[in-house]
Amino acid sequence: MSTTKVKVAENAAKFIQQDDIHEKLHDQNLWNVRMRRDTVASAIPEWEELRTLASRIKEHTLTHLDEYVLQFADNAEKRGIKVHWASTAEDHNRIVYEILASHQVKRLVKSKSMLQEECHMAPYLEKRGITLTETDLGERIQQLSGQDPSHIVMPAIHQTKEDIAKLFAEKIGTDPNKVDANYLTEAMRNNARPKFLEAEATMTGANFAIAETGSFVVCTNEGNADLGAAIAPLHIASIGIEKMVPKVEDMGVFIRLLSRSAVGTAATQYTSHFSGPRKGTEMHIILTDHGRSHRLGLEDFWSSLKCIRCGACMNTCPVYRRSGGLSYGATYSGPIGIILDPSYDEDKYSELPFHSSLCGSCTEVCPVRIDIAEQIVKWRKVMSAKKKLPVGLRLAFGVTGTVFKYPWVFRTAEAAGKWALKFAPDALIYNKTLNAWGRQRKLPEFADQTFRDWYLKNRNKEPKA
Amino acid sequence: MKVALFIPCYIDALYPKVGIATLELLERLGVEVDYPLNQTCCGQPLGNEGDQKNAAAAERLFVDNFKGYDYIVGPAGSCVKHVRHHLDAIEQTTDVQSVRKNTYELVEFLHDILKLRDFSNVTFSHRVAVHNSCSSIRGLQLASCSEVMGPRWNKTEALLERVKGLELVHIDRPDECCGFGGTFAVTDEAVSAKMGLDKVRDYERHGIEYVVSPDMSCLMHQEGVSKMQQMPIQFVHIAQVLNQGPF
Ligand code: SF4
Repeated sequence: MSTTKVKVAENAAKFIQQDDIHEKLHDQNLWNVRMRRDTVASAIPEWEELRTLASRIKEHTLTHLDEYVLQFADNAEKRGIKVHWASTAEDHNRIVYEILASHQVKRLVKSKSMLQEECHMAPYLEKRGITLTETDLGERIQQLSGQDPSHIVMPAIHQTKEDIAKLFAEKIGTDPNKVDANYLTEAMRNNARPKFLEAEATMTGANFAIAETGSFVVCTNEGNADLGAAIAPLHIASIGIEKMVPKVEDMGVFIRLLSRSAVGTAATQYTSHFSGPRKGTEMHIILTDHGRSHRLGLEDFWSSLKCIRCGACMNTCPVYRRSGGLSYGATYSGPIGIILDPSYDEDKYSELPFHSSLCGSCTEVCPVRIDIAEQIVKWRKVMSAKKKLPVGLRLAFGVTGTVFKYPWVFRTAEAAGKWALKFAPDALIYNKTLNAWGRQRKLPEFADQTFRDWYLKNRNKEPKA
Repeated sequence: MKVALFIPCYIDALYPKVGIATLELLERLGVEVDYPLNQTCCGQPLGNEGDQKNAAAAERLFVDNFKGYDYIVGPAGSCVKHVRHHLDAIEQTTDVQSVRKNTYELVEFLHDILKLRDFSNVTFSHRVAVHNSCSSIRGLQLASCSEVMGPRWNKTEALLERVKGLELVHIDRPDECCGFGGTFAVTDEAVSAKMGLDKVRDYERHGIEYVVSPDMSCLMHQEGVSKMQQMPIQFVHIAQVLNQGPF
């Protein structure tokens, strides 16, 4: 993995400036999803209690994680599922490959799994001669585009129908002039069907792993996970250890929250409980840590493990909607990305926590009540303490700190600022900060007298010291 | 009731009229107001960026200036939110704790402490959209936020409702962040400016004449964008409306 710092603000600027179409549509489409979420959530009188309950269940599970993971693994084995343990991404990928190799698998279909994205599994397997086909439509679009997913639920949301029509025309031979969504979806369905039939193995992720039963739950809207699992003789599921919930009945809380938060529908089209291999087939699960137990030990950030990957924080985030997910240069983008990514690489993702207006909307939509905005501020503190503040900020704040510390310096700076603004012509603003303000916004005018001056004159009081 | 006026640094320098309107309004309502002359800044811009060391000095000075008052009232949601929720770069002595607890944003003070609703003696004949900042909504609960299901309220609007001639209009995304976000406005110029542009276009679509807010910092940003687009929209602080000026 490269450790070059991701310049998220720069990338976002490019996303906005590329044309008048992409950012506008991206913002509007995701805003519409947020509005649909509000509508379905408001139809549930106990919505806020559900969020609290979900948060408590997750907190309980995470604080007893060792017990639940072992319970889950035991019960899964009793069901004839083969359980593997991976502590790192490399472990995960190696185990997957070994299972595939021992079954002479050459063709693999897979549904969406953010954990497999985290592990960069696809390129790993492709390098070793496995043909891998993403079966989730959005993931397939991203695979054909040679890009990472830009959203954890809607991986190709940054692309327009026209982009996709062009891509499909090139890659699967559709009519480049037809941009109709139904036509394009149908074309991809026809292209994908034979791949399901040919595949010697299928892979899924899991939305939830139920400790008391040893079964796991996969939610999709396309049924692609189910189709893959129903056909192939080998099913491998990658499961992050934070996916545990204690009981089946907990699904009554999480399923009600997940799809409503994610896309504004009552439930995903398919909610499948996998409880063991079909006759004559094999089922493997890879319980993967990949940084999770490290994060569990971080006092300020452990609760980010409650995340159920609904993407609601991304849909509501005004900054994410204008930036596009690829700008974050990471598996996870948007608010959840800002608080997860730095725990993998503090250097590479040091600028992410600053890519936020701290409006706090993410915290309020999160179905498991993760204090996302607070954690963004805490990551800023980490970066600041480790001298990883973006240079511009470091300079600006060193100076600002001094100015606010001493009243008299503050008064002088005010006067100097006033002078500079008055006499500098608009086009030649003397400092870079003001320049960044002034390109797209008029500068406010400094008043002729400060409030303090006015007060001294009009309320006739002498300064105390 | 001993009340101190907290005029954040940017209001002091850029929007003295807002300070004057706030002071006059409070005095007119019979409140005796002190203005501690050595105040500078609450340290918010530093705290937000995670710069605890520099924030501490600003915070210490803030507490020195404002300790001992029953209420500290400031016409600025984000600064008040910072004082109440994030003034934590220094040791939490009883002085610090009581200053944090007693600091109120102006609308809160009028609505919750003085329990005022009726400003029907004020006239403001315009199409008005209210902008409550994110800090005011999600940090001070000045209004219910659209994300959370349950009862709806809006203290800023409650104060404006009976103002004569004032027509309250709701835009498409009333509580979407306008993109100011403090230093974010310059470090993330492109996104910030785009958010601002979307916000002022929302006003434009709804024929808004005046945007009224308890938070000048958002308005400074929105007005800057609006002027760049040569839109005729006016941006004023709620203190200016309720005090009938100065504009
Ligand atoms: S942080 Fe919360 S809102 Fe964001 S994806 Fe995770 S569960 Fe959903």
